[in-house]
Amino acid sequence: MSEEEKKDYAESPINLEYHYTAGSATTRFLNQVKEGKIVGQSCPKCSAVYVPPRGSCPRCGVATNIEVPLTDKGCIESFTIVHIPIPGNPIVPPYVCAMIRLDGANISFLHLIQGIDVEEIRIGMRIQAVWKPKDEWTHSLENIKWFTPIDEPDVDVATLRFEES
Amino acid sequence: MKKVAIVGYAQHPILENAGALNEVELIMPVVHQLFDELGISQNNIDFTCSGSCDYLQGAAFAFVEGLSAIQTNPPIKESHVEMDAAWAMYESMLKIQMGDADTALIYGFGKSSPGRLDSIISLQMDPYYISPLWPDRVSLAAIQARVLLEKNIVTPEQMITAVIEARTNSKNNKNALVTELVDKEAYLASEKISSPLNEFDCPPISDGSSAMIIASEEKAYDFTDQPIFIEGIDHRIESSNIGSRDLSKPTGILASIEQLKLEKTNFDVAELHTQFSHEVPYLQSVLNLNDVPTNLSGGPLVGNVMMCAGLDAIGKTYESLKSNDLTNGLAHASSGPCLQHNMLVHLEKKS
Repeated sequence: MSEEEKKDYAESPINLEYHYTAGSATTRFLNQVKEGKIVGQSCPKCSAVYVPPRGSCPRCGVATNIEVPLTDKGCIESFTIVHIPIPGNPIVPPYVCAMIRLDGANISFLHLIQGIDVEEIRIGMRIQAVWKPKDEWTHSLENIKWFTPIDEPDVDVATLRFEES
Repeated sequence: MKKVAIVGYAQHPILENAGALNEVELIMPVVHQLFDELGISQNNIDFTCSGSCDYLQGAAFAFVEGLSAIQTNPPIKESHVEMDAAWAMYESMLKIQMGDADTALIYGFGKSSPGRLDSIISLQMDPYYISPLWPDRVSLAAIQARVLLEKNIVTPEQMITAVIEARTNSKNNKNALVTELVDKEAYLASEKISSPLNEFDCPPISDGSSAMIIASEEKAYDFTDQPIFIEGIDHRIESSNIGSRDLSKPTGILASIEQLKLEKTNFDVAELHTQFSHEVPYLQSVLNLNDVPTNLSGGPLVGNVMMCAGLDAIGKTYESLKSNDLTNGLAHASSGPCLQHNMLVHLEKKS
């Protein structure tokens, strides 16, 4: 071995493989998403509606066993404008990641906003899902390409705060 | 020392593969079962502590998700050990001793089915400097079994007896995973996995969860007429370097026996966290339990939920004392390869 080829380190990859399971509650949710439906789950104690549901109400520690069909409309609870490209990500910056609060839900989830100049995005703006073609639907929220603004009056997000009943 | 007692214990049926049920969905039923039995809620709990291993779930801070199984509003005081939940109980004991809590909920959970347990436990426990050597848990146990057999501390007959008794005792345990009986012929016909251990000498891959509630003496009687008191608890760890240990000398356990003055106690029942058959006669001899009914639940050989089986040994001892006319019980929890880290818990029922 020549002087140039000598390495002063050794590679030692460490891998573990798993069969990941989403949980029975999230499985129910994803089966509905596959059909183009968003079905949240509600806590039998405090009635908070979770989407995507994880199977339990972390406030009350009980199973969220009540299914709550939701629309694909909601509002922007919070957002950030991404200017830095992420390697492998096909979306060209600047683009918007937003916390989406669907109507009737008590938590929000992260998704993309498109179809509007990023400078015009604001908290409280009404939005609706833009779905991929039906034949591309899988068990994933990526069935929704992004959310896009709709012509409805803004919502005061302070009113969305969950008050325990 | 403040007196502390166990007031409740619940165990999920041990499953070979919990399938779609995630960890939270395994924990919730046992915690609720416990609360319902005692007629209490999370509001009656001062301190909550869990035991689990993120390597089992394959995600950093996966244990935080486990908290979704319990009521955390209003905010609770909680902690976690990346160990068997027996050590979560130990931490809870300390919390009560320090006067920071009077009641504690302990839960442990583990799913071994999603990954390859040999590699997972190796990564968790192998104290490597540069690169993992991947010693697997069965091979390491086999090394200790070989040492014990060669020194005549354990005999092959004792290992067979341990397996047959574990299977027979599984009928006492409604949550046991493995219940088929085994006879000597079947045992001897079985192929070695890692000599001298065959499949019957090793614990089954198991998914499950357990929960326990402990309380100070003053609070314990609010929960139950018959709390089972923790008379003594002690744990010792030996070197993580296997080569520097004499695998036939239980240095840590002997120190705990002395600390807890166990030689003076006549135990009525014992549950040992013995994952491999040779560990049963070995620890029975070390702990002077040769005439004491041991592992009446079948022990880890009939159901071995990782990060839970140690707490289960304590819980099963608690159940034995509670439902029988018995006074003193000894529980043992273990962690690490070749019984590296051991906890002894002396439980007593006051008459």
